[in-house]
Amino acid sequence: MTEDSHVEQDPPPRQELPRPVVERRRFRGSLIWLVPALAALVGLSLVIHNWLQAGPEITVSFQSAEGLDAGKTPVKYKNVVIGRVKKIHLSADRSHVLVGVALDKSAKGFATEGTRYWVVRPRIGLGGVSGIDTLFSGAFIGADVGESNQPEDEFTGLESPPSVNHGALGRSFVLHSSDLGSLDIGSPVYYRRIQVGRVASFALDKGGQGVSLQIFIDAPNDRFVTTSSRFWNASGVDLSLGANGLKLNTQSLAAVLAGGVAFQDPPGPHDSTAAPEDTSFKLFGDRETAMAPPDGEPHYIRMRFDQSVRGLAVDAPVEFLGINIGKVVSVRLDYDEKTQKFPVVVGAVVYPQRLGSAYEKLEALAKARGENPDLSRTMGGLIAQGLRAQARTGNLLTGQLYVALDFLPHAAKAAFDPDAKPLTIPTAPGSFDKLQEQLADIVDKLDKVPFDSIGKHLDETLAGVNATLKQVNGQTLPAVKDTLHGVQKTLGSANEALSGDSPLQRNLGATLEQVQRMARSLRVLTDYLGGHPEALLRGRRADPPPAAQTPPSQPKAGSKP
Amino acid sequence: MNALPRAIDLGVIGCPVCGLVCRTLPGDAQLDGDGVDDDMACPRCHSYLRRRKTNSYARTWALLIAGFLLYIPANVLPIMRTASIGDIDDNTIISGVVELWVKGSPDLAVIVFTASILVPMLKFLALGTLLISSQRGSDWARPQRAKLYRLVEFIGYWSMLDVFVVALLTALVRFSVLSRVEPLPGVIFFGLTVVLTMLASISFDPRLIWDGRNTDD
Repeated sequence: MTEDSHVEQDPPPRQELPRPVVERRRFRGSLIWLVPALAALVGLSLVIHNWLQAGPEITVSFQSAEGLDAGKTPVKYKNVVIGRVKKIHLSADRSHVLVGVALDKSAKGFATEGTRYWVVRPRIGLGGVSGIDTLFSGAFIGADVGESNQPEDEFTGLESPPSVNHGALGRSFVLHSSDLGSLDIGSPVYYRRIQVGRVASFALDKGGQGVSLQIFIDAPNDRFVTTSSRFWNASGVDLSLGANGLKLNTQSLAAVLAGGVAFQDPPGPHDSTAAPEDTSFKLFGDRETAMAPPDGEPHYIRMRFDQSVRGLAVDAPVEFLGINIGKVVSVRLDYDEKTQKFPVVVGAVVYPQRLGSAYEKLEALAKARGENPDLSRTMGGLIAQGLRAQARTGNLLTGQLYVALDFLPHAAKAAFDPDAKPLTIPTAPGSFDKLQEQLADIVDKLDKVPFDSIGKHLDETLAGVNATLKQVNGQTLPAVKDTLHGVQKTLGSANEALSGDSPLQRNLGATLEQVQRMARSLRVLTDYLGGHPEALLRGRRADPPPAAQTPPSQPKAGSKP
Repeated sequence: MNALPRAIDLGVIGCPVCGLVCRTLPGDAQLDGDGVDDDMACPRCHSYLRRRKTNSYARTWALLIAGFLLYIPANVLPIMRTASIGDIDDNTIISGVVELWVKGSPDLAVIVFTASILVPMLKFLALGTLLISSQRGSDWARPQRAKLYRLVEFIGYWSMLDVFVVALLTALVRFSVLSRVEPLPGVIFFGLTVVLTMLASISFDPRLIWDGRNTDD
């Protein structure tokens, strides 16, 4: 429209229109292509950066992909992200999960042999709580690099975090035990009740006869592990009743609940050089056995008991003069055709070194005499002196037996073969058995007493006594009666003679009266003579009239002489 | 039928500012946008006179290609990090759309998809079509192409939606530990793409659509 109207109007002639100002341009190129070039450069740099950043791709197999998220879950080492889970898929046989991880370029060293991967999830156990932060952040894969430089891209993930990280300062040691007890990976290791390490791993021995535990002691406390250190299982409660009373021995509560290992050097002089890495130690069941002197080589001995060994169980102690030197390992029944008896064969393991210096002396003596060092000859000598094995009652309540090796003073001679393997120690009935025997002896003797004839003799004697008594009754007693009659008569007449109205009595009274009178007149005479001695010559004077002064003068005169 | 004359055909040029019509000589400058023009100025107001936008084809192509190159990292790299308690989620444009769709906001997903993926792609296609057809002087559907150009110019702004969303969320969602939104490099590339395509559409001269024209419709 406008165009049309424009055309319709008469435009001014072209020549009348002004000319624009023209400026010649010096630069005729276009800079606009720099923009896509720059964009391409940026894109390229991103690609190159990405390519440079891309590290190795590895595959880790796990039992389950719980908590893992493709594209999100990070792989961390010391809490630094070193990679990310790229994809998660099942293995061909569906038995486990394969997790593809893209590691960072800088984490190339993690794609090497020996690197361990595990999923960090929140874990709450008796030993403590770990991975709490993953409650919120989600699980991540932890990594611990190994030492090898050998590249590797297939890994088997651990199901639980390793308790010891590679490169941690300290030393690891190996403990051998018959069973694991309540220990687990991460169980604490205590030294003087301070936690200094933990159980790193455990595995069954090849033959399945025991368990090997790897423990890790953190530096600097690893120097306390010496070549003579003793390790024992510190889990549980040790309640002992000793001469000092009841004693309760435990480690920390956590150790009681979750188990733990403790170690210490034995008392007394010992080698205290620090143990080298991976030294093997025996893990004892408790502190007491751990601290006991080393047992040395075990010797197997055999004993034949002819009597019942009810109460003798495997593991019952074997004591020599009250010192525990070993334990019973087998109790078997045998049959002896000759005597048609069932002897019990008891096998035991003894550790002669538990005898301490006694053993050393005996050994030195045996060596000096040029005998074989296993002391079988010495044993023969001891047996000749009366060494016998006895099954004794250790506990009267339960009837538990133990085997005692003791010198019996009156032991019967026993055969001993020093070359037999194993050594067979002659036995003697136990003390309890002996008591029984003695009782039986007494009963036997009682049996021999001729109670029948004794009774007969007694009967005869009693009959004799009876006859005698009859004789006494018939003859002696009447005579006694007559005699008694006579006596009674005598006593009656005596009684009559002594009665109050008898002439004898009366005469006696008169006589006594006269004597009394005589005595009185005698006194009067002597009194008078005392006052008047002249009266002996002059005769008695007439009595003076009673005067008032005489009485006081008399005592005067009397007191004067 | 002969075409109606254009300003160029008549040897005149109008000043875009003061409206003065000037006389041009054939040697002053070439016709198409690809040639390098000498600078002409209005004798009255001294504003630049252009027959067509300077170097339109080259600029549009360059900006379009640059925009397309940057569109690749914009889609590949994550644009936004949403961190709620412990859970860190990096989203690219596509994954964001998918997440919205899966988590039950298909309407939002459609909006975001349209604004962030469909529109840029259509812009690339539309501008490419316009450039190629104009350069070839094709007379195919010229009015529709002119309409298409106006549409491209109009919707250009709306492609920034994603960038705005990220900027807004980053500013608003700042509950430190609880919840946090952070922009990631992808959004820069996406913003650059949008800006470059807008520049490309601006540097395209719609008069070029009609330049190859020989007939009046």
